[in-house]
Amino acid sequence: MSAGDNKSAPKVLVFSTNAISDPGIDRAGSAHLHYSPAVQVIPLPCSSGVKPAWILRALEHGFDGVFIAACGGDCAYLSDCTPRTSTLVSRAQTLMKEHGISPKRLKMAGLCSVCADNFVAHMNNFQQELKSLEA
Amino acid sequence: MTDKRRIGVYVCHCGGNISDHVNVKEVAATLLNEAEVEVTRTHLFACSDASQQEMIDEIKEKKLDGLVIASCSPKLHMFTFRAMAERAGLNPYQYVHVNLREQCSWVHTGDKPGATFKGINIVRAGVAKAALTTPLTPLRIETQPRVLVVGAGVAGMRAALSLAGMGLSVFLIERESEPGGWATQVGRMGPDNQHGPEVVANLLKQIRQHDHIILYTNAELTGKSGHIGDFNATVRLNGSENLTLNVGAIIVTTGFTPYEPRDGEYGWGMPGVVTLMQFRQMLEAANASGGKLIHNGVPVRDVGFIYCVGSRQEKSEECPEPNTHCSRFCCMATAFTGSLLHEVEKKTGQTINQYHLYRDVRTYGRLETVYTKAREDGALFLRWDPSAPPRVEKADGRLALKVHDTLLVEDELEIGVDLVVLATGMTPRPNDALNEVLKVPKSKDGFYNEIHIKLRPVETAIDGVCIAGTAQGPKNLSESVASSLAAVARTGALLKKGFVNLEPLVAKIDTDKCVWCDECLKACPYGAIERIHIGTKEVAMALDSTCKGEGACVPICPHDAIVIEGFRDDQIMAMIDASLREAVTA
Repeated sequence: MSAGDNKSAPKVLVFSTNAISDPGIDRAGSAHLHYSPAVQVIPLPCSSGVKPAWILRALEHGFDGVFIAACGGDCAYLSDCTPRTSTLVSRAQTLMKEHGISPKRLKMAGLCSVCADNFVAHMNNFQQELKSLEA
Repeated sequence: MTDKRRIGVYVCHCGGNISDHVNVKEVAATLLNEAEVEVTRTHLFACSDASQQEMIDEIKEKKLDGLVIASCSPKLHMFTFRAMAERAGLNPYQYVHVNLREQCSWVHTGDKPGATFKGINIVRAGVAKAALTTPLTPLRIETQPRVLVVGAGVAGMRAALSLAGMGLSVFLIERESEPGGWATQVGRMGPDNQHGPEVVANLLKQIRQHDHIILYTNAELTGKSGHIGDFNATVRLNGSENLTLNVGAIIVTTGFTPYEPRDGEYGWGMPGVVTLMQFRQMLEAANASGGKLIHNGVPVRDVGFIYCVGSRQEKSEECPEPNTHCSRFCCMATAFTGSLLHEVEKKTGQTINQYHLYRDVRTYGRLETVYTKAREDGALFLRWDPSAPPRVEKADGRLALKVHDTLLVEDELEIGVDLVVLATGMTPRPNDALNEVLKVPKSKDGFYNEIHIKLRPVETAIDGVCIAGTAQGPKNLSESVASSLAAVARTGALLKKGFVNLEPLVAKIDTDKCVWCDECLKACPYGAIERIHIGTKEVAMALDSTCKGEGACVPICPHDAIVIEGFRDDQIMAMIDASLREAVTA
């Protein structure tokens, strides 16, 4: 893949979480797995704190998709982290629809601290889905 | 608008780990075009002493007020560089770490232009965040030199003694009327042949002699208020009297509950089918009387052991909520029991055949000697596969064990035995009332969850509350004690200093925007939100000492009044924008 290809690859912004999913994403690096350089990560403390406005900003300003790598059941803060994050996703998708953005451009999945393969698979699938939205 | 920031950007080669796949010179040169960036450099190893000293000198010389280092994962060196920033006279919270290795160079090997393009974008995002940092001060809290230990099993008793040895006062509380936990019921234990009740009696004697330990039995923790360094714990004694204990930290050593087999599981419910703990009590009784092992009035000739009962389960109709974990102690304990059984043989001349039906023998490390000794002592090990687990049936007044030995024969073996011993595993202790008080998160297996299994193995999401022993997950006794000593070390380090610095990356509420709608109060599971008055206006305030900074209240606030320091709205927005500017290379 060359830099030229990157420009056509869908840009994905990932919100990761410091204690859970970010170490999982790091592990993809330690294992020298590959995913597209059009994927960028912003780490946060917990997926329950993602603001729908951030998602909208990213999608309106040039990212093709936003992926929330949620803490899932491993969250050290909240036993109900997943339902809380899901509620935010629904709210964000409503907001996206109001702004004429397909709700398919936002995806969330629980990602554990060793889920390196899962992360790479999620990125590949998500970018495929985003490409099919363009077509 | 304030004055322009003076940010230093340092890009690490990491030997070649980064620079082989990312053009670090190009990243540094491009970033120099950013308005807020004063200086950019590359370092072969930014974490080396020499590089750190060069950066410190430059931060001082150029009077930098923000710092971005693009290197490995922040899990490795964020604290290294925060400390370095502090030595350079910079506020450590004005340092931003960019993950250029694990999340860039290593995942885009073979695509140097692509990795470099992305590298520029993520460092730019780091600069955008650094430009909006403000100096933050950790919150300093005085700590009380007293500890509450919940649960007086071996782990809790050992913790109490070690804490007292450090000069801390300890309140050790036990729900039952006698301390000691399960160790009082198992007799001799592998691999060192220690006698459970003797271990407990010895610990108890030392505890009773110690001036700085108070042991309460029939005591339950029913309430907890305050925060790390200064908790008030309510303890109910004998079901009625209430006691308030002021402590700086809490260690939870509430132990496990043995797995109770389902009716019919490996013959459970049939006469002659017992758990390992029941069998050990039979052996103890035989050993104490110096006599033979008797069952149903006749000497026992054959004993079958089934391993992994209630551990490593798979979900099925009969088992909708499987215990998928390995219970760690049972292989060793069962093999050790084989050797104890052989001792009865030697003492009494009674011949006892023993068949150990296992899935995998997990006698790791030094415990391997127990397994070796059991085989020398006549234990016959037969391996089964979970696709065809052993069956227990009645046969001629005895029991028949039917098993496919995966290592020897194709056909099913049938072994006549007098007793079937189920090596039952550990399950989390049901402690709903206590969990309500402690609010320590549990992991998927139902045991209390540490923050990180390797990096912070006994700390919990609740600052000042550590977990140890089998409350945290299955362990053998020495592992249990090791974890309780880890909790002691952590707690001692916290309380002996006399104060604790808390991360200031917590919620801040804009009192101009806030109208006290109580949404944040409802969203916060930690009780960190309080209602205060500013003049006549009611607003919410987040308590720095109690707030965990996870940010659940941030998107909930209908008035956009809450931010988490270090992850403020304006910082995240700026990072998003900076990531999206086309990388114009220098």
